[in-house]
Amino acid sequence: MIGFNALIIVSVIYVIFLFAIAFFADQQAARGRLGWLQSPIVYTLSLSIYCTAWTFYGAVGYAARSGLEFVTIYLGPTLIMIGWWGIVRKLVRIGRTQRITSIADLISSRFGKSNLLGVLVTLLAVIGSTPYIALQLQSVTLSYAVFANESGTGTEAIDLNSTAFWIAVGLILFTVLFGTRNLDANERHHGVVTAIAFEAVVKLVALLAVGVFVVWGVANGPSDILARIDASPIAEWDLRPGRWAGLIFLSAAAFLSLPRMFQVMVVENADERAVATASWAFPLYLMLMSLFVVPIAVVGLELMPKGANPDLFVLTIPLSMGQDKLALLSFLGGFSSATSMVIVAAIALSTMVSNHIVMPIWLAVTSKGATVSGDVRQVVLIARRCSIAAVLGLGYAYFHYSGGGSALAAIGLISFTGVSQVLPALLGAIFWRRATRHGAALGLIVGFVVWCYTLFLPSIGGATLISPEMLEHGPFGIGWLRPQALFGVVGLDPVIHAVVWSMLLNSLVFCTVSLMTFPNPLERLQGMQFVNVFEHSANARGWSGNAAGAEDLLVMSQRILGPNQAQRLFQTIAQKQGKAGLLPDPSVDFLEQLERELAGSVGAATAHAMVAQITGGASVSVEDLMAVADETAQIMEYSSKLEEKTDELERTARQLGEVNTKLTELSVQKDAFLGQISHELRTPMTSIRAFSEILRDVQDMTPDEQRHHASIIHDEALRLTRLLDDLLDLNVLENGQVALNIEQTNLYDVIERSLAAALSAVESETLSVVRSIDQEQIMIATDGDRLAQVFINLINNARKYCDHAEPKLEVQVCLRENCVEIDFRDNGTGISQADQNLIFEKFSRLTDHHSAGGAGLGLAICREIMTNLKGSIDYLPGQNGAAFRVKLPLK
Amino acid sequence: MAKTVLLIEDEPNIREAIRFILSREGWNVETHSDGQTAFERTKEVRPDVVILDVMLPNRSGYEILQDLRGFTETETLPILMLTARGQTKDRELAERFGASRFMTKPFSNTEVLESVRELVGS
Repeated sequence: MIGFNALIIVSVIYVIFLFAIAFFADQQAARGRLGWLQSPIVYTLSLSIYCTAWTFYGAVGYAARSGLEFVTIYLGPTLIMIGWWGIVRKLVRIGRTQRITSIADLISSRFGKSNLLGVLVTLLAVIGSTPYIALQLQSVTLSYAVFANESGTGTEAIDLNSTAFWIAVGLILFTVLFGTRNLDANERHHGVVTAIAFEAVVKLVALLAVGVFVVWGVANGPSDILARIDASPIAEWDLRPGRWAGLIFLSAAAFLSLPRMFQVMVVENADERAVATASWAFPLYLMLMSLFVVPIAVVGLELMPKGANPDLFVLTIPLSMGQDKLALLSFLGGFSSATSMVIVAAIALSTMVSNHIVMPIWLAVTSKGATVSGDVRQVVLIARRCSIAAVLGLGYAYFHYSGGGSALAAIGLISFTGVSQVLPALLGAIFWRRATRHGAALGLIVGFVVWCYTLFLPSIGGATLISPEMLEHGPFGIGWLRPQALFGVVGLDPVIHAVVWSMLLNSLVFCTVSLMTFPNPLERLQGMQFVNVFEHSANARGWSGNAAGAEDLLVMSQRILGPNQAQRLFQTIAQKQGKAGLLPDPSVDFLEQLERELAGSVGAATAHAMVAQITGGASVSVEDLMAVADETAQIMEYSSKLEEKTDELERTARQLGEVNTKLTELSVQKDAFLGQISHELRTPMTSIRAFSEILRDVQDMTPDEQRHHASIIHDEALRLTRLLDDLLDLNVLENGQVALNIEQTNLYDVIERSLAAALSAVESETLSVVRSIDQEQIMIATDGDRLAQVFINLINNARKYCDHAEPKLEVQVCLRENCVEIDFRDNGTGISQADQNLIFEKFSRLTDHHSAGGAGLGLAICREIMTNLKGSIDYLPGQNGAAFRVKLPLK
Repeated sequence: MAKTVLLIEDEPNIREAIRFILSREGWNVETHSDGQTAFERTKEVRPDVVILDVMLPNRSGYEILQDLRGFTETETLPILMLTARGQTKDRELAERFGASRFMTKPFSNTEVLESVRELVGS
């Protein structure tokens, strides 16, 4: 007889053994020896957390009560796994490519990273799972109680509550230790998974051992057992197709939707190919688990006294037959079933709670946000650990306050139904691009409410929440709202009733609202990535760093950091890792450091996307791409600013160039001016010198000759004087230093005076002047002498250059609103268009008329005078002769 | 036989002065004020010396100099350049284009006479 204390010791030793397994596996994984840890068998065994204590103990009880119906619970998952190609493979691929950490994460990230959806799914999962965790605690506690009874200790001697409490504490310890040892980017827990796989073996062996004992130890082999089954009341089970179909659907839905199943099936999956193995191995496991259920139930019903709990037959049969060791094995099987489920559920739920509830709140409260990565990691770890404790604490509290009664037995299916509300959103997420977050959220809420109303509250809340009257007649006497006969549908089993209505309304709302609303851009992109995941992800290779990856990283880093810096970085890290050569192992630390280094050059988002692309085989997420786009936009903005600057610089350079050209031109002009002056001065001086030398040296000249030479000298001297006068005058005018004598002047007088000065009596006969004397009678405030100088110049030009046989000069005065125009027009050939631009420049003598005696300064002086008089002088083109217009302001 | 000087100069008083000086010493002087006609005449007359002003209407003295040096008949013809601008740049241009001698106005009469003599003698 095994004493209660011995049982405790065995349990503790078993738990220590599990710790050792988990620790060993973690060590192996940390050293990169993943080999057998990633084997498909370990993956398949880890899926066995589907078989909880409820199935380990409960299946026999279920069979004892309802016959073969318990098989439905196994059939659903079997169908899903056999049809793995359809759903599970896609979920696994999405999980890997999108770095999905939980089912809540999958739903929220598919629907445009909607945290509301994450919170909804998390709440649903916690509410649905808490009673289930309580159920596991209860089953372990009950199994202790069975041993205590057998050994005569008496139930009263052990406190069921404190047992459950210490079990919960132990589970928290284990889960915190191995579930949150580190923050792996992929949320994989090799230690935990390995321990669970071991427990899967233990529970299978235990159940098979009890079965073998029953068939060959108690009965006389298979034929005897078959006969006993035929004789037992179980044989008379009635197969209700509707209920069976409903239960198979429910178990299949729960298999996909349960957070802990998602954790082992998708998140912990290291290699997609393992799913193919599990597709036949897991159904095989389920088949073996159910193989002896009916024999055990039949034998138990025969052997055990009436009223014995059939849920505990697996334990009580060996005990009653004195098979202590077998009972102990059986106990460990049940213990394994319960603990493995609780551990994984706690990990999955804590991930969801911390990621979707705690962290958003923490980030919102600490407005500074997550800038230091190490800091946040610490916070995340603490949040995880607290969430684990909270989830298990909630389970214990539920166990404690629900009194641990038989009500818990029904929890399994109720919990399944609640958790399955995620299914429409989940399937929509991976198969229907048109699905929107509004549809998903409202569908979830409606499904959840219907589930609460029709199943959860009536079964669990007891009479306090849903009174028997309400169950019977509906709220406020509204018949069609009866919780277990919604819309007047009567006669259905409450579970099936709830499944039908909740799933139907959930799906209906999900589809309708999705069609009525429009997905935002992020949702649409994520939807495309999820639904078409096989087109967007390259291949099925698992995430495992290797040398080739490191080399790719080096190639990329060299491009960004430059060869020297990249090689130095890689070598330093390789040395730190104790490796020779340039290529370090692509550990998480190394990748993070590399990302930081690259981020300095290309921005954090781009760096992350590049590293992820090379190492993970994980395709770049939409958020990554958007962040990259943001960075690119910033860079473009920066470069457009640079461009503006460049434009500005170019403009300045061009302006400088223009100024420089102008200065060069001015310098050339100055040189030309000096050359001109030199020429104009030296030419008369040449004549003067030559003739004076002739006069000095030549003796035999006639007096006429002498006079002629002397007169040339005289003319040239006058020409020199005139030139100097003009130059000085021009200089004074140009510098604006001229002293003007402004007074009221009659225009007629000025013209009269000018004509008299310019034309001698003889000349006035050759050049006929046409005037309009009446118009000339205008009084102007101006410098009459300077104006006359201009007029004289113009009259002289006409006299000198007009080449008509009968030269004529027309002087026309025209009074305008603000000014008076005086036109001088002759009847010669005029000035060519090209020369019209030059005539006002200095030394722009156009013809070779030395007799004219000017140096080409006349018009330049005229222009300067008119500028000083606030008027202007212009050449008038198209007048059949040379024409100038002098304009004077009237005020 | 009297030697011929072809003078190309647009300033009438200077033309007259040079003609007076050279004629008195027995030179045959033909004068032109326009560059283009002077160029044509030079090829016909085959003077012994050409006196060429730089600043001429229509075509500059440098252009005429270049043209004259471009023909075999006038390739080695002695050419005396006169300029009133007197900048070093002008002297350089004259040398480059092949002037035999270069003088800046105003000049002394004996200087002109001696230069012409030397150019013909050489």
